[in-house]
Amino acid sequence: MKAPSGKGGAAVSIEDVTKVYETASGEDVHALDRINLRIEPGSFVACVGPSGCGKSTLLSLLAGLTEATEGTLRIDDSTVTKPHPKVGVVFQQDLLLYWRTILDNVLLPVEIKRLPRQGYVSRAMALLDQVGLAGFETKYPPELSGGMRQRVAICRALIQEPGLLLMDEPFGALDALTREQMLMDLQAMWMRLGNTVLFITHDIDEAVLLADRVLVMSPRPGRIDLDLSIDLPRPRHPGEVHDVPGFAESIREIRQVFEAKGILRARFEE
Amino acid sequence: MKYAATTANGTKPGTAMNTVKAGKAKKKRGESLVERHAALLLAVTILLIWEGWVRYSGISPFVLPSPLNIIRRIFTDFPLLMSHLSVTLLEVLSGYGLAIMLGIPTALLIFYSRACERAIFPLLMGIQTIPKVALAPLLVLYLGYGWAPKITLAFLISFFPIVVATTVGLQSLDKGLVNLVRSMGASEAQTFFKIRLPAALPNIFGGLKVGMSLAVIGAIIGEYVAAERGLGWLQMMANSRFDTTLNFATVVTIAGMGITLFFILGQIEKRVVHQRELAK
Ligand SMILES: Nc1ncnc2c1ncn2[C@@H]1O[C@H](COP(=O)(O)OP(=O)(O)OP(=O)(O)O)[C@@H](O)[C@H]1O
Ligand SMILES: [Mg+2]
Repeated sequence: MKAPSGKGGAAVSIEDVTKVYETASGEDVHALDRINLRIEPGSFVACVGPSGCGKSTLLSLLAGLTEATEGTLRIDDSTVTKPHPKVGVVFQQDLLLYWRTILDNVLLPVEIKRLPRQGYVSRAMALLDQVGLAGFETKYPPELSGGMRQRVAICRALIQEPGLLLMDEPFGALDALTREQMLMDLQAMWMRLGNTVLFITHDIDEAVLLADRVLVMSPRPGRIDLDLSIDLPRPRHPGEVHDVPGFAESIREIRQVFEAKGILRARFEE
Repeated sequence: MKYAATTANGTKPGTAMNTVKAGKAKKKRGESLVERHAALLLAVTILLIWEGWVRYSGISPFVLPSPLNIIRRIFTDFPLLMSHLSVTLLEVLSGYGLAIMLGIPTALLIFYSRACERAIFPLLMGIQTIPKVALAPLLVLYLGYGWAPKITLAFLISFFPIVVATTVGLQSLDKGLVNLVRSMGASEAQTFFKIRLPAALPNIFGGLKVGMSLAVIGAIIGEYVAAERGLGWLQMMANSRFDTTLNFATVVTIAGMGITLFFILGQIEKRVVHQRELAK
């Protein structure tokens, strides 16, 4: 199976973007420093980096939740100044509303954009079915497990067929087995939809497994140190991918960046 | 009942799961009859001891009437009690209604405007420390003997818990939820009605419940101080006539009113507020 050809995907371009947070103590935090990035429509880009390197900042700039201090961000041809209608976001927490049923949670974006609910119900049901949650439509979030809830959050982000899907460590809170299942589901879904994905993680394996391209970031100030293409065949499977030659090399290359920065140690030291 | 369930389990092992589930819906497993009705049993026991003691000690009904006599009196004087109850109930509901109508907007002002927060919140906290019942004589002085001082007292006393609970409910919202709906392009009005208000509802109902019981206290105290009608006034009158049985009958009526109001509020809460966590 080949990677999708970018039907429905949005293009992203980031030019000279700097983000400085002014804190209460008066000290400025240079979260991002002159970031330049272009993302092809329909590609899956993962972004790895240690805590505090500005990954979430990059995502919230693209989501239109924060303003850049300098530079411009574009999604397709429009400059991002407020949340873009073609963008869907999945956060680290599932952020489901406990007073709404699963179906109503998935339909929240439709309601907020004041679109006719009827037109989206069947799509919501189909999405839930695809992630193995058929029959849970009328249940409430507390009745679901962590993994199931995060699946609902993904369906909610996908309900409007977003051209750009932003994901901020979406599986960070899940156990290893559930996470692997979710990674496979996400890959399958992306191969079907062909939208553009920016996937943030601090798990190198996860990034290499999923992405066409891995951006490696380092902190203070946040920069992209390495932009690595991953040309492995799809679908990729966590159980098999270790045997594929390119996989281990890509991981080593990324680790070397972190080792050079002293973020990871090259060998065991006493 | 417990016995029947066990037998069903034993005779139809194939449906054991279903049986347990069905049994659980009706009662918690392993609870005996005594455990389930423990509160009721204790209350009945206390009443029985009371009744017995009054009968055999021969204590005067001016000092302590027996429970049966109190109940009998409630029946014979039912129209009287109800006519005064309607007065008190109206005072409670007016004061409480006013407290909701003004309290929730005040909480919104405090939440949305920093200036209002700075101006109103310390003032509220200051007033909060005054025992509101201490204002009752002053209210009578300014507002007379009619409805006004009782409604005002019921309002004043229930207003603060409603404001504070609503404000805290609005302020304690997870910032992530706000970002979530903003990323969908929500306006502030949408954010309020889709996220802020529903998320604050458990807190708001907490404040409403406290406010409700306080409003009853406010109205009754108002009637103690100066009134011509109402359950509080009836009690004072019974007191002055050494009619202790009527006094007790009034207490029961007040309690019944409070419990009924609380129950109605609880039912509304059940309909409106969802559980954040699964019940254990
Ligand atoms: N609202 C804010 N105000 C001030 N400083 C902030 C704010 N948000 C982030 N920062 C700072 O900006 C830097 C980058 O933060 P960011 O959340 O983007 O990191 P991250 O890469 O997502 O980290 P993590 O992997 O821990 O989620 C950090 O030093 C952080 O302290
Ligand atoms: Mg982050």
